[in-house]
Amino acid sequence: MSRPRDPAEERLGWLLCLPAALAMLVVTAYPTLYALWLSLFRYDLRFPDQRAFVGLDNYATVLTSGVWWEALATTLIITIVSVSIELVLGMLLALVMHRALFLRRTVRASVLVPYAIITVVAALAWKFAFDPVTGFVDQWLGPLVGADRAWLSERWSALMVIILTEVWKTTPFMALLLLAGLTLVPRDLIDAARVDGANAVQRFFRVTLPLMRNAVLVALLFRTLDAFRIFDTVFVQTRGAQGTDTVSVVGYDTLVTRLNLGLGSAVSVLIFACVVAIAVLFVKLLGARFSAEDGR
Amino acid sequence: MSADARPGETPFWDRLFWRAGSLLVIVYALLPVAWILSLSLKPAADLADGRFIPARISLEHYRAIFADAQFPAALWNSIGIAALSTLLAVVLGMLAAYAIVRLRFRGRGLMLAAALSIAMFPPVAVIGPLFELWRTLGLYDTWPGLILPYMTFTLPLAIWTLAAFFREIPWDLDQAARVDGATPLQAFRHVIVPLAAPGVFTAAILVFIFAWNDFLFAAALTSTNAARTVPAAIAFFTGSSRFELPTGSIAAASVVVTLPVTAMVLIFQRRIVAGLTAGAVKG
Amino acid sequence: MAEIVLDRVAKRYADGTEALKPTSLSIADGELFVLVGPSGCGKSTLLKLIVGLERPSAGTVRVGGEIVTDRDPKDRNMAMVFQSYAIYPHMTVRENLSFPLRLARLSRSEIDERVTRAAALLELDGLLERRPAALSGGQRQRVAMGRAIVREPAAFLLDEPLSNLDARLRMQMRTELARLQRRLGTTTVYVTHDQTEAMTLGERIALLRHGQIQQLGTPRELYQRPANLFVAGFIGSPAINLLPARIDGERLLLPMADLPLPAGLYGDLPPGIRDVIAGIRPQHIAGAGPEADDTNSDGRFEARADVVEWLGSEVHVQVEIPVPDAHWPSALRHALETGSTGAERLRVTARLGSDTRAREGDSLRLAIDPGGLLLFDPDTGERLGD
Repeated sequence: MSRPRDPAEERLGWLLCLPAALAMLVVTAYPTLYALWLSLFRYDLRFPDQRAFVGLDNYATVLTSGVWWEALATTLIITIVSVSIELVLGMLLALVMHRALFLRRTVRASVLVPYAIITVVAALAWKFAFDPVTGFVDQWLGPLVGADRAWLSERWSALMVIILTEVWKTTPFMALLLLAGLTLVPRDLIDAARVDGANAVQRFFRVTLPLMRNAVLVALLFRTLDAFRIFDTVFVQTRGAQGTDTVSVVGYDTLVTRLNLGLGSAVSVLIFACVVAIAVLFVKLLGARFSAEDGR
Repeated sequence: MSADARPGETPFWDRLFWRAGSLLVIVYALLPVAWILSLSLKPAADLADGRFIPARISLEHYRAIFADAQFPAALWNSIGIAALSTLLAVVLGMLAAYAIVRLRFRGRGLMLAAALSIAMFPPVAVIGPLFELWRTLGLYDTWPGLILPYMTFTLPLAIWTLAAFFREIPWDLDQAARVDGATPLQAFRHVIVPLAAPGVFTAAILVFIFAWNDFLFAAALTSTNAARTVPAAIAFFTGSSRFELPTGSIAAASVVVTLPVTAMVLIFQRRIVAGLTAGAVKG
Repeated sequence: MAEIVLDRVAKRYADGTEALKPTSLSIADGELFVLVGPSGCGKSTLLKLIVGLERPSAGTVRVGGEIVTDRDPKDRNMAMVFQSYAIYPHMTVRENLSFPLRLARLSRSEIDERVTRAAALLELDGLLERRPAALSGGQRQRVAMGRAIVREPAAFLLDEPLSNLDARLRMQMRTELARLQRRLGTTTVYVTHDQTEAMTLGERIALLRHGQIQQLGTPRELYQRPANLFVAGFIGSPAINLLPARIDGERLLLPMADLPLPAGLYGDLPPGIRDVIAGIRPQHIAGAGPEADDTNSDGRFEARADVVEWLGSEVHVQVEIPVPDAHWPSALRHALETGSTGAERLRVTARLGSDTRAREGDSLRLAIDPGGLLLFDPDTGERLGD
């Protein structure tokens, strides 16, 4: 557009955005800065009088603590594994939703149930399913893995249950984002590839997928960030025990359960830093994609 | 063949493959829901039988959760808080989305970037300060104490969805109405509002789901029936013994909150899908 | 041998629409065959049936003697150029051109050689490393063609390849295509809605309407001996003038003039015909001298010039002829798509030389040359005579 900037329009624009902007800032920017501030203090709510400035001591404590690093490792494991599975499974789901006409409405509606269901409820459902006493998994898989296995009491099997729950819940969302990208691939290009001699698999990997790159990257970005912040499922299923602590659970524990605001804030800030790092990484990847496609 | 052949063109095996796929998807999606339903209907004695389908049916758990004040209070809290958060987020979001889509002003890019950043924000980073702040301000364990963070964290979703829908509206109709003799307010009410309504409705649904679903803030910023919402209440249900979860009650409570949501999703599925994908496609 | 034979091929969709009625035709090896018709006539459907993107509801498709009706497009050894070009936006021009060859697992050297040759043929040499987004419409069109050429297929199928180009480029590409096809000698099926393209490119044309072939023949045949009103009206620009007429003895009575029937025509007509539809091409209506100087009165008439289009080499003049409704045959109304009440005036176009001084509103004296007269049955629209 080449209209000159209209000062009245500028004012109105700012005015209309102000309430939303304020709301977003007040509850995020301010507390974040405050968290930064708090992290520089030794501040335990149980002993409020002992509050004292300690500089970067809290960070040192966290970064030398095994709990933090184990939690970080666990979080990364959960993130990478679940997002990978979700990508593949989500792609398959998107293809089914795109292609299948049988019960199309039911399929689309069903697929939204995991999205809409409360995470806590989903976590509990799967927790009960894997419970050696009340659950059906042991009944069904008994012959394969040995009956009465207490899935949630050992690290790796617990992680498996957590990942399963996460994947179950969020694959549909991933599938929807991928479906949107899938429907944007022009029909003509697929037809041309058919005529050019490509079979279904070749058409998918050489034409459809490359043209979906942006949708895939956006979906990956959001899901990775979400996965890194995982909290509800872990808290409900294991409370973080058995080495299944994730960074958010550690943060919650320190802040709300142990009421240690100083240390907890340091943890929060570190988590924030990790998230920013991941986001930056993806944005760089996305940016590189955009300029490459212009061919200039 | 397979994913991209035209309808009516496919051989029998292909069709079978995709039909089986559809059924598998439906089973995948509804399995845990069916399981939780089954658990909620099992009499207490049968809870340990490990069966997927209950041998006997009993409504005792449903009676139990409504007998105790905890669950009904949580339901009321959830409904009220989610509704109010939705109202606020949608109203503020509408104003911002309208400005972003229709007006040229320097802060436009900034607004979108800010919204995006908040969508990527780790909530755990703010629960500490909010916890302390709310206690100081007396907002701990109150409705506003949850409504404020919910409103904030759903604003990006609301703005993106509304912006995507607003971009599709032919705003010239508003000018046509004005030429036809309508005042700006009349044009807005009779032309713009009906066109914008579907988008607003969709944004509201998405925001409501988010607020209804949240656990972290509810767990951190509430502690009693005064403001504890359903997710937190279910997670902290106390049972007859300290070491045992009251499986039956939890299952019943879960069903009570899930079935309405499932019904809502079934009815509004097209809107929800459109809303989710609109943001992705245009974004 | 890339002869294409369609035997009673038909296409009906699930909702009942009949896109193509049972059609048979055969295209010779190396021929440039054109399918032409208005939108929705079934030409694109026919093309898709030939290439295999759709399966026929009935009938068989044979290529080089082999039945290919149930084969996937990739097994038919045909190349297609889409109306939208359908070139892959995420690949460079070189990658686009080599894509089908890579799929066919040809050797690297063979691929390079073919791509280089095609690029040279289509003047794409300097563009090989670019992406489609950085190309102009004409260049993209050539990439689409290149992708077809590299495969050295049994047949080329072109679906309105020029319709997205601007008028000037279109004419240029038209001659390029003709030259290319002659040089390569590959059987080509060309789909278009533009009758000029059809006439200039096709060795033979099939004109379709509502899923049915109206006439199949050389351009000359369709022009000079159209099978029915539709063909007569579709082929030729400006369009043929269609008028209700009446045969009285050896004379043809038109609303505005009458003239003797050409001998040949009169002899072939079934006896007892009275009402007919007459078709007169604009170039057979010329300016006549003033009445005083004109000894002949056959086919002469006066009319007021309504619209005058000056094209440089010729002038198109539209005049209006009053026609009482009672004389409108059903087939004519159908062909002209007028309502049942019809118009009381008929528009007739005449093609005059550029030296004409006619201006809008002028009264003109025009003469009809009976040489190119065509007569059609008033009910069926079929052409009368041989």
